[in-house]
Amino acid sequence: MAFIELNNVVKNYAKGSEVVHVLQDLNLSLEAGDFLALMGPSGSGKSTLLNLIGGIDQPTAGRVVVAGSELGSMSSSQLAKWRSESIGFVFQFYNLLPFLTAQRNVELPLLLTNLNGSQRKENAMTALRTVSLDDRAKHKPGELSGGQQQRVAIARAIVADPQILVCDEPTGDLDRQSAQEILALLEILNEQFKKTIIMVTHDPLAAEHAKNILHLDKGVLVESGQTEVAT
Amino acid sequence: MIKQIFKISLMNLRNLPSRFGISSVVVVGIGGVVGVLVAILAMASGFESALSSGASNDRVILLRDGSTDEMASSISQAEVALIETLPGVAALSPELYTVVDVPKMDTGTYANLIARGVGTGAFEVRPEVEIVAGRNFEPGRTEIIAGAKAATEFRGLDVGAEVPLRDSMWRVVGHFEAAGSAYESEIWLDFPAALNAFRRNSATSLRVRLDSPASFEELTQAIESDPRLQVQVISEPSFMERQSATLRQTIKSFGYAVAVIMAIGALFAALNTMYTAVSTRTIEIATLRAIGFSSVPIVVSVMIEAVILAILGGALGALFSYVIFNGFTVATLNPAAFSQVAFDFNVSTEIVYLGMTWAIVIGFFGGLLPAISAAYIPITTALRGE
Ligand SMILES: Nc1ncnc2c1ncn2[C@@H]1O[C@H](COP(=O)(O)OP(=O)(O)OP(=O)(O)O)[C@@H](O)[C@H]1O
Ligand SMILES: [Mg+2]
Repeated sequence: MAFIELNNVVKNYAKGSEVVHVLQDLNLSLEAGDFLALMGPSGSGKSTLLNLIGGIDQPTAGRVVVAGSELGSMSSSQLAKWRSESIGFVFQFYNLLPFLTAQRNVELPLLLTNLNGSQRKENAMTALRTVSLDDRAKHKPGELSGGQQQRVAIARAIVADPQILVCDEPTGDLDRQSAQEILALLEILNEQFKKTIIMVTHDPLAAEHAKNILHLDKGVLVESGQTEVAT
Repeated sequence: MIKQIFKISLMNLRNLPSRFGISSVVVVGIGGVVGVLVAILAMASGFESALSSGASNDRVILLRDGSTDEMASSISQAEVALIETLPGVAALSPELYTVVDVPKMDTGTYANLIARGVGTGAFEVRPEVEIVAGRNFEPGRTEIIAGAKAATEFRGLDVGAEVPLRDSMWRVVGHFEAAGSAYESEIWLDFPAALNAFRRNSATSLRVRLDSPASFEELTQAIESDPRLQVQVISEPSFMERQSATLRQTIKSFGYAVAVIMAIGALFAALNTMYTAVSTRTIEIATLRAIGFSSVPIVVSVMIEAVILAILGGALGALFSYVIFNGFTVATLNPAAFSQVAFDFNVSTEIVYLGMTWAIVIGFFGGLLPAISAAYIPITTALRGE
């Protein structure tokens, strides 16, 4: 079985009395160490797919297996624990806590571990060094540029050393220069730190940085790049 | 789980100052409610204690049969002489209860003031009465002593001042206190001099001090069995109770009604503020949940924060009320006695506790609903920011 495997996944949302069919009988398998760019028009279900892999959403039908865990059969508290160990999230709007310093933001996932205060600080500083922001550890998000905030968010995503990073339009709110820095950073995390990365993006230039590209259209995956799409 | 609660709460609380704006709205909102609640209850409590304080079991009031208050009662000199000889009577004061018009201290408008002619036994009947300034009046002279509260509520009652009562001028020779009881809102004068000045020839009522509370039955028996006496005997506690029952009930139910209405209004206002305070953090909370924090610690930590803010608000409101109102003297008309009764706001510990309880209840429920909704909506929905 592949590192990430989705079999016959269906995802519907109830919108009032209507049912919105977002993903239809979707199959996907990814190997560990992949860096996948997920593209497609707005509303095609990219975020939905990413959220299923990240374990913050559950499929209506089908199987989602990530890093050996069958997510559909887990309770919400089991899922929470699993996420804290296996997944790092990077959001389009960074989602940092505005009243915490960069270092405290990065420490957040470590509050769920048994590390003590000084160990947490040390690990947070290591993560900040990885994203080259250790000199801004004491700054609050409001005192940082968008690109810097996203780097803090990436530090937060990797600080607990998860195997997988899920990034929903991580450069969607950034200028070209900052976007390039973020993408270069993701490449380093993929190549040197062996993180499996799934990144949703609208930007073909951003997708270039990935190893593989998949297109999602109306809830169906369309092959491109070299990724094998299970049928 | 406990560790998570502890860590998130600590983080939240440490960062309260950074959310000063919204936090202070919550604190001030709850503070206002508790402040008003405490003030109203303190007023009711102060009023009650002014009306009933000092009632004693070994004192009785004698009124004409069928009279319900001193004003509408009359007891002749002959009856007084008879009663003086009855068993169980330790001290006795025939009294003339009248009402005079004197200008109020603050507005200068005339208001009713009780002028009580008291017999020489009055001070034996009421040992709590104490001259605190000047001296007592001398029998037979047109001198008065003023209760401490009357002296601050009405004009021209300073020691040495002259007051026109009916046709003659009276000199204020002293001030007295009476352990905070309603007598402090009266002026007292010599009984015979009062009869003379007000052109009356009988007392309105009698105050009697008994040998012991047990003599009550004995005295009642003796009076009822004597056909020459058309007099009823009422113990002081039940007399005071009767005098103030309606008013006390009115003030109390009014106070509680206002407090309850305010508290309900405030609960919704506080709920609303809390809701805003928490829902602006919906995305933050969803992010924490995505990272792997569970819902329960998030709810608990939001609750802890809400309750702490509420306690701060409650303490602020209670303190504010205490500083402004405790001991603050106001006067109101006692309709049963046709006179002004002055009383102090009494911000007691129980009232403060009650105010704090309200604060905690408001904080608890104000925080609970938004916390639960923020912690249990699907993470994806919350992250979409809808
Ligand atoms: N919680 C939800 N409730 C109802 N409908 C939803 C929900 N989440 C997503 N949808 C719907 O599912 C469809 C796919 O949404 P999704 O966010 O996955 O699209 P997307 O490809 O990420 O789009 P975008 O590029 O705009 O981010 C949309 O029509 C959206 O309205
Ligand atoms: Mg999306």
